[in-house]
Amino acid sequence: MSNVLVCIKRVPDSSGEVLLTADEQSVDGRYVGFTTSAHEECAVELAIQIAAAGGGNATVLTLGAPEAAEQLRNALALGCTAAVHIEGEPSAFGPADIAREIAAVVKAHEAAGTSYELILLGNDAADSGDHQVGIRLAYELGRPVVNGVATVSLADGAVTAVGDGPEGQETYRVPAPAVATILEGGVEPRYPTIPGRMKAKKMEIENRQPAAAPKGASRVRLTLPPKQASTAVVVGEGPSAAAAVVDLFGQLGVGR
Amino acid sequence: MIVILIETEADGTATEVSLETITFTRSLSAAGGGVPMDCVVVGEPTAELVGQLGSYGVRELHVASGEAFSAYSGAAWAAAVQAVQQLKGAVVVTAAGTSRGNEVLAHIGARMGVAMAANVVSFGGLAPFVVTRQVVGGAALEEMQLDDRPAVFSVAGHAVEPVPAEAATTVSVLPINVAVSEADLVARVVEVVPRPADQSGSLKTAKVVVGAGRGAGGPEGFDHVIELAGLLGGTLGVSRVVTSLGWRPHHEQVGQTGSRISPDIYIPCGISGAIQHWAGCSSSKVILAINTDAEAPMMTKATYAVVGDMHEVVPAINEELKSRR
Repeated sequence: MSNVLVCIKRVPDSSGEVLLTADEQSVDGRYVGFTTSAHEECAVELAIQIAAAGGGNATVLTLGAPEAAEQLRNALALGCTAAVHIEGEPSAFGPADIAREIAAVVKAHEAAGTSYELILLGNDAADSGDHQVGIRLAYELGRPVVNGVATVSLADGAVTAVGDGPEGQETYRVPAPAVATILEGGVEPRYPTIPGRMKAKKMEIENRQPAAAPKGASRVRLTLPPKQASTAVVVGEGPSAAAAVVDLFGQLGVGR
Repeated sequence: MIVILIETEADGTATEVSLETITFTRSLSAAGGGVPMDCVVVGEPTAELVGQLGSYGVRELHVASGEAFSAYSGAAWAAAVQAVQQLKGAVVVTAAGTSRGNEVLAHIGARMGVAMAANVVSFGGLAPFVVTRQVVGGAALEEMQLDDRPAVFSVAGHAVEPVPAEAATTVSVLPINVAVSEADLVARVVEVVPRPADQSGSLKTAKVVVGAGRGAGGPEGFDHVIELAGLLGGTLGVSRVVTSLGWRPHHEQVGQTGSRISPDIYIPCGISGAIQHWAGCSSSKVILAINTDAEAPMMTKATYAVVGDMHEVVPAINEELKSRR
C-alpha cells in the first residue's frame, strides 16, 4: 500500500488585481475568487498517480476557513479518496504552526492505523510564499525531505524525486516515509469528470479542530506596492500598429 | 555577527544574487553599527571568490568541505551554516532567495526553532527588527517582525544592485568544524544531468531582447517572437512560467530567478510584468510591451505599448520589417 497525503491551501486567484483585507492581514479574494496554487495542483496530480500505482489511497488535507472545503472537494473530484479539513483562519497560523498541525493529523492517523509513505506539499503557497512548511513538517515527523522537485515516484520503499538544480537535472532517492515539496511543471494536472464531481459532493470530509493555539506568522501587515499611472506611449492597437512599431525601431536605431 | 551563505557559479565565483545579498546585508550591518559579516561556502573556494568577498567587505570565509558536502543536501548545508552561527553567536543568518537559499534557511529555521522570512527586499526598524518581503509573487509586500535570534531571512533576487564595499577587507579563510549526521545526508542529490554550459551569457549582454510569457500559449507559440528576435539581431527571453511549464529552457528566463538584462530595447510579448519578472528587466533602456491587457503592469510601466494579441501583432511586425528590407 502506498498511501499519500497531499496538503493544499485555498488561495486568492492572484492572476488579476490583488486586494487586501481591511485588517491588512491577508489578500482579499472576495472579488477575484479562490483557487489552489499551481504547485499544489501538480502535487495533487502526483499524489493520485502514486497512490493508484501502489494500490493505496491519496488523502488531501487543508488548514483553512470552512469555505476551503471547496478546494478539498475539487481534489476529491480528481481522484483523492479521503479529505481532512483542519478548520482555522489561515492568516492566524505561521508556517511552523501549520507544519505542527499537519504533523498532528499524520500522527493521529498513524495511531488509528493509517500511515502515509509519502507526504506532498507545494514548494510555496501562492499567497504567503513562506517556502518552509514542508521542511518544518519533515522535522516535526523526523522524516527526510526533498524540496522543490517536479516529479516524484514511490517504489520498493524508496522515493525517487527529480527536479531542476543550478547545474542541471537533479535526482534524489530517499527511503519512505518521506516528505516532498513540488514545483509545477513536472506533470499535467487532470481535469475533473462530471461523475467525479458528483461523487465528490457526497464524500465525507474529516473535520478537525487545530491541535494547538497558533503562535502566528509575525506579520505586522500587508501592503501593496504604490500604483503608478501609466507612463507608456501607446503606439497602436492590433496588427495595424506594425508600421508604427517598425518606424519606432528606425528612430531608436534598433536592428541596425 | 552576521552569517551569509554564498552560492557559487560553475567557475567558482560568487553568484550575482549572493553578491546582492552581501550588499543588502552590509546596509544592515552599518545600521547596527558595523556588525562584522562572515560568509559560508560549500566546497574549496577559488582565489577569485576570496578576492570578490574581500572587495565586498567580508571578514571571514568559513568553508564546508569533505565527503558530506560532495553532493548537495539541504540539511548538511544547514548544519554547516548552523555550526558557524553557533561558533560566532551570530544574530543574523541570510542567504539569497534562490531555491537553494530558501531551502537551507528553512532547514535552519526548523532545526533552531526560529522564524524564517523568505524573499526580503528591505528592512525597517532594528528594535523591533522588521523586514519587508515579497508575497503573492511580488504583487504584495509583507512587513514581518523577526523577534527570534538568530534572525533568519533570505534576500529576494535583484532587490538591490550588487555594489562592492568602499573599503576592501582581507578575508580569512577558515575550515568549518562540523560533524554532519547520517540523518542530514539521507536526502541528498544522487545524480545530476548537467545542462549544456551556461548559455544565458548572450541574454545578459544582448542589445535587443524579445520576451514572451504565458501569452505564448504553449511550446509551439514562440515561432514569431524568435523570428522577430532574429530580424532585430536580438535574443529570446522568457518569463518564469514559461520555463516552469517546460515550454522553453531555463537559461532563457529573465527575472528574479533568471537573468537580469539591460538591453537597448526589450520587447515583452504576452508578459503581464509581475515583480518577479520586472526585477530582471527593469534596467532595459526602452521597453516596448505587447499585450492584450492595456492595464497589465508591464504595459503601464513600459516606454511604449501596443495593445493587441502577440500572435497577431508580432507576425505583422515581422512582415513589415521584411517588406522594408
